[in-house]
Amino acid sequence: MLPNTKEIVVENLLAEVGAIVPQGYRFVTMTCVDVGEQFDIIYHFDKNYNLYNLRLKLAKGGSLPSISPIFFAALLVENEIKDLFGVNVTGLAIDYEGRFLLSEGAPVAPQSKPCTPGVGMQVQQKKLEGN
Amino acid sequence: MSRKSIVPFGPQHPVFPEPLQLRLVMEDEKVIEALPAIGYVHRGLEKLVEKKDFLQIAFLVERICGICSFIHAQTYCQGIEDLMKIDVPPRAKYLRVIWGEVHRIHSHLLWLGLLADSFGFENYFMQAWRTREAILDIMERTAGGRVMLGTCCVGGVRKDINEQMLGEVLRTLDKVQKDLDNIIVGVTKDYSVRQRTVGVGKVTAEQAQTLGAVGPVAKATGIARDHRTTGYAAYGELGFEPITETAGDCYARTIVRVRELSQSIDLVRKAIKNIPSGPIFTAVKGNPEGETISRAEQPRGEVFYYIKANGTKNLERLRVRTPTFANIPILLMMLPGCDLSDVPVITLSIDPCISCTER
Amino acid sequence: MLGMFNKIFRNLGSRPATRRYPFQKRDSFAGSRGRLEIDIASCIFCGMCAKRCPANALSVSRDPKSWTLDPYCCILCAYCVEVCPKKCLHMNPRHGVSDARAQETAAE
Repeated sequence: MLPNTKEIVVENLLAEVGAIVPQGYRFVTMTCVDVGEQFDIIYHFDKNYNLYNLRLKLAKGGSLPSISPIFFAALLVENEIKDLFGVNVTGLAIDYEGRFLLSEGAPVAPQSKPCTPGVGMQVQQKKLEGN
Repeated sequence: MSRKSIVPFGPQHPVFPEPLQLRLVMEDEKVIEALPAIGYVHRGLEKLVEKKDFLQIAFLVERICGICSFIHAQTYCQGIEDLMKIDVPPRAKYLRVIWGEVHRIHSHLLWLGLLADSFGFENYFMQAWRTREAILDIMERTAGGRVMLGTCCVGGVRKDINEQMLGEVLRTLDKVQKDLDNIIVGVTKDYSVRQRTVGVGKVTAEQAQTLGAVGPVAKATGIARDHRTTGYAAYGELGFEPITETAGDCYARTIVRVRELSQSIDLVRKAIKNIPSGPIFTAVKGNPEGETISRAEQPRGEVFYYIKANGTKNLERLRVRTPTFANIPILLMMLPGCDLSDVPVITLSIDPCISCTER
Repeated sequence: MLGMFNKIFRNLGSRPATRRYPFQKRDSFAGSRGRLEIDIASCIFCGMCAKRCPANALSVSRDPKSWTLDPYCCILCAYCVEVCPKKCLHMNPRHGVSDARAQETAAE
């Protein structure tokens, strides 16, 4: 287990993050882990070389409010999570709509466990053969 | 009447070392807003981690970036050693510091050349890279590769540097110091360079703190934050103070990096003087289990690794957040209000490493 | 101003700073990782190197006996050199040539 971690729920997320700002923490990053039935999302904040983490569990298909109105720097990593894991993040300051890192024809949500394959040479070959 | 237009800067641009697209909303010659678009070198390395075993990942992780590669491997190995409670021998820690600081010197010299190239000072670009060749020779003689050292592994280092080679390293560093003293005035005191960099891309310390800037970008605004002060590897025994400036513009970032170059040379000299003798490697048995966070100081700032392992030989999750990822929001704050010709200078002054950002 | 003339005359009198490659090649340092080579006579075809290769560049089979390296996949990390039980792999300091298909070693 990570030291200095607080477990929260999606509904309290914005309130908790808002409470962190006056304490002088800096946003480091957020991590998303696919644990089968749900996503394990951890936010990391740092002050004087000590990390403080907020952990929440999000069911697959649930939506996550963006913290970019509070920490502008979070929007890049939230767009990345949207692309790579397929998490539905709402309220982003700049929304790339699934094209931040991945291009057309890339696998859909490649890092979530059952991943849809993208357009590759074998798939294109099958199309040519008329399958 | 002024007109607004959108100029796509990049992804293929002669001044950028890596593909990054900045969509600039311009009004005549001034930039009003900038929107970054990345994704041109996304290789999906975080997914590849699930297919390789945790010892092979030390090689994979080195190849995330071609400029700060050793420190990626060092951070990863430190994380796994933390999880498996492995004690790294002191000689291995000092060797990691030596290679890490030599890597920092090479990265800053590369950046210095690119910055000069961004305002057309190609002669200086060649001089900086010629000085860098001596550093690459050190790395090839001690580790076997010019940039991809391949020496850091879980449990220590794979190769040792003997007394004679350490003496050679010191002699080469003396030569590099002399070359640096000759060329550094070309960037710090030259009138044309100062015209292009002083007052350009200014940010305040408050903006750097709220946007989460790291590395020399934050140090140039006065925030004295450097992860080496926490004393990982052998930095605790070498004594280290971060370098800061207060102006927050491109010139301040240049001065911070130039002074870090001299500081790195001193650190290597101190490490070579105090290096203890002993083994360089502890054998690794079993598989890692649990989760941990490992951080280190790359030339561009603080790198963050989140490692989750479940007792098998493949890791469950490896998350890497590199310093350029944290510096892109502050780049978007620096660009509005500048001229189009200042855009390459400002972008290069944060030292962008896009292949790190996208993995 | 004087420094400039000083430098001009010094440069006029000195040799060029560059090497006339490809007529003059730089000697590789000992220990640098140029390309992978095998002493095929001592190989026992155990396959340890292929199992450990991070880039899947090696394929080894016992029956028929063969050891193949794909030089374009190889990342020159020398992990295989470390794990080989017979120590028959080594790194040649000289880098390979571009038409490296000729280097692929397949042996009996």
